[in-house]
Amino acid sequence: MKNLIITLLMATSFQAFAAGGSIKLEHANVDLTDKASLQRGAKYFVNYCLSCHSAKHLRYSRMAKDLAMDTELVENNLIFTESKFLDGMTISMKAEDSQKWFGVAPPDLSLIARSRGSDWLYTYLKGFYLDSSRPFGMNNIAFPDVGMPHVLADLQGLTEAVYVEEEKSDGTVKEVIDHIKVVKPGKLNEEEYDQAMHDLVNFITYLSEPVQLERQQLGKKVILFLLLMLIIFYFLKKEYWKDIH
Amino acid sequence: MGGLMKNTMEWIDTRFPLTKVWNEHLAQYYAPKNFNWMYFFGSLAILMLVNQILTGVFLTINYKPDAKLAFDSVEYIMRDVEWGWLIRYMHSTGASAFFVVVYMHMFRGLVYGSYKKPRELVWIFGMIIYLALMAEAFMGYLLPWGQMSYWGAQVIVSLFGAIPYVGEDLALWLRGDYVIADATLNRFFAFHVIAIPLILVILVFVHIVALHQVGSNNPEGIEIKKFKDEKGRPLDGIPFHPYYTVKDMVGVAVFLIIFALIIFFMPEMGGYFLEHANFIPADPMKTPEHIAPVWYFTPFYAILRAVPDKFGGVLAMGGAIVIMFLLPWLDRGVNKSIRYRGPVFKAAIIAFVISFIGLGYYGMQPVTPVGTFFSRFFSIVYFGFFLLMPFYSNIGQDKHVPDRVGQK
Repeated sequence: MKNLIITLLMATSFQAFAAGGSIKLEHANVDLTDKASLQRGAKYFVNYCLSCHSAKHLRYSRMAKDLAMDTELVENNLIFTESKFLDGMTISMKAEDSQKWFGVAPPDLSLIARSRGSDWLYTYLKGFYLDSSRPFGMNNIAFPDVGMPHVLADLQGLTEAVYVEEEKSDGTVKEVIDHIKVVKPGKLNEEEYDQAMHDLVNFITYLSEPVQLERQQLGKKVILFLLLMLIIFYFLKKEYWKDIH
Repeated sequence: MGGLMKNTMEWIDTRFPLTKVWNEHLAQYYAPKNFNWMYFFGSLAILMLVNQILTGVFLTINYKPDAKLAFDSVEYIMRDVEWGWLIRYMHSTGASAFFVVVYMHMFRGLVYGSYKKPRELVWIFGMIIYLALMAEAFMGYLLPWGQMSYWGAQVIVSLFGAIPYVGEDLALWLRGDYVIADATLNRFFAFHVIAIPLILVILVFVHIVALHQVGSNNPEGIEIKKFKDEKGRPLDGIPFHPYYTVKDMVGVAVFLIIFALIIFFMPEMGGYFLEHANFIPADPMKTPEHIAPVWYFTPFYAILRAVPDKFGGVLAMGGAIVIMFLLPWLDRGVNKSIRYRGPVFKAAIIAFVISFIGLGYYGMQPVTPVGTFFSRFFSIVYFGFFLLMPFYSNIGQDKHVPDRVGQK
């Protein structure tokens, strides 16, 4: 038992060391044109994230417009706080309280996809596993010793880390987490959970920069215009320069 | 109509030398006819200066230089201000593009010997512009008040603390507080939006006046003023306007296509133009794992870290910039253009470019033994390039430079 704890500690400390970015991230396959996925993601977001995390820079009204939802639907089904339709997604939990309860105040998620990256979020949301050494009984492969409990456990079920032995360059053998397996099923099976997390990450990516789809669409027109401009300028230059040798 | 136009111009010209200025700097400014694509970067630098000033004014309208409000005001611009996202990306991409263009412009000067007599002052003014541009970029980077803004400024300002005796007081005086704080943000904002842009505009004016006094160099390094026609016009010169105005428009179009590709499709440029950690609000209690300046400063940052002693590092970093000022006097070669210079000089240029890019790369990376080794090696090459120039720059310089453009 003692050995197991030591290996676990070693494994987690290795993971902590690796938090800088050497863990293998899973692809979130973000698709912001998939409105249905974004709407499902919004549902998961307000239900599971928005009680502790805010997304203060995203207004409900902006989300409704971008995700093609009407005002009534948003007001009745997606606003659980005191907020009004035109407000940003704030929460009522105070930072000093959450600091006491979780050891760290849950960060605002308005820009989390831009600071962490969508793939990291996807890996993180799928990366919880049972670890009795942690206060909430869970740890995470993407974010070792994370303060956040696994709030999605009712969907994913309970998970355990499966270790493999890996030989380091100096010849020592270490146990590292290979993958995560469900030991007690939740409401969703594995495939459904992956889909749900894809939807959620899709939505979080959208909210990190709501204009991004519009930006790319406008970009195509701008580039096309500039190409035309280039052709005209090129022939203009040629015409002016024809007598220079 | 023509009469009215003529009368108006006469009215203005008796009061302000409009036609004279137009002719001296555009319609009758004779530039060598053999400019190549490397000569686009001067006008592109002016384009970027205008871009930064115009977008900057609009950003200032909604930005709040207050430690409590700054980060959120940037997000407000990104989400709630009409076209705010476009203006902000034009400004943030413009900062990096400005440096790309300026580095290419300086490289052009380096390979064609544009700093050599009689253009020493053109180079010196250009170097002061470069210095002012670095100050401008450094202070501007604090304004979004993200983690990298904060800690980058913390690291750079603390470097002043390494100066003996006055260092700590100097750093305190610059920050206006014991750490980077609201007071720092306010003063950096003042410098970023008023003081340095004003200096930049004046310096650009002086740079161009100095250039037009001596005339432009060219890829052949030939002085076109040596051979003039009976009216005193250089035989190998053509009026800047319309010839180079229409040509520069082609350069502008190509540049804008690349510029727009970044703005609309990859405004973060993979974390090089907008660093990922800068999407986290500044937190004085939490140091990021890895602090790296934006790419255009990293060659000098690598030189700083290559020296084991902190003050020595600061001196080396400052020296790396100061030494560039001396280029016109370090280079003792007779021929200007690299086309007519010896193999030793060519090899030195190649070594310099590799070491500059290498330093830029290692300046972005966390410190590793391999990185430190290469940073030191490249730093030695960097300084060697300049310090040894008086000895190698005239070796094997026996190629004959033709009198006229297009001659052999």
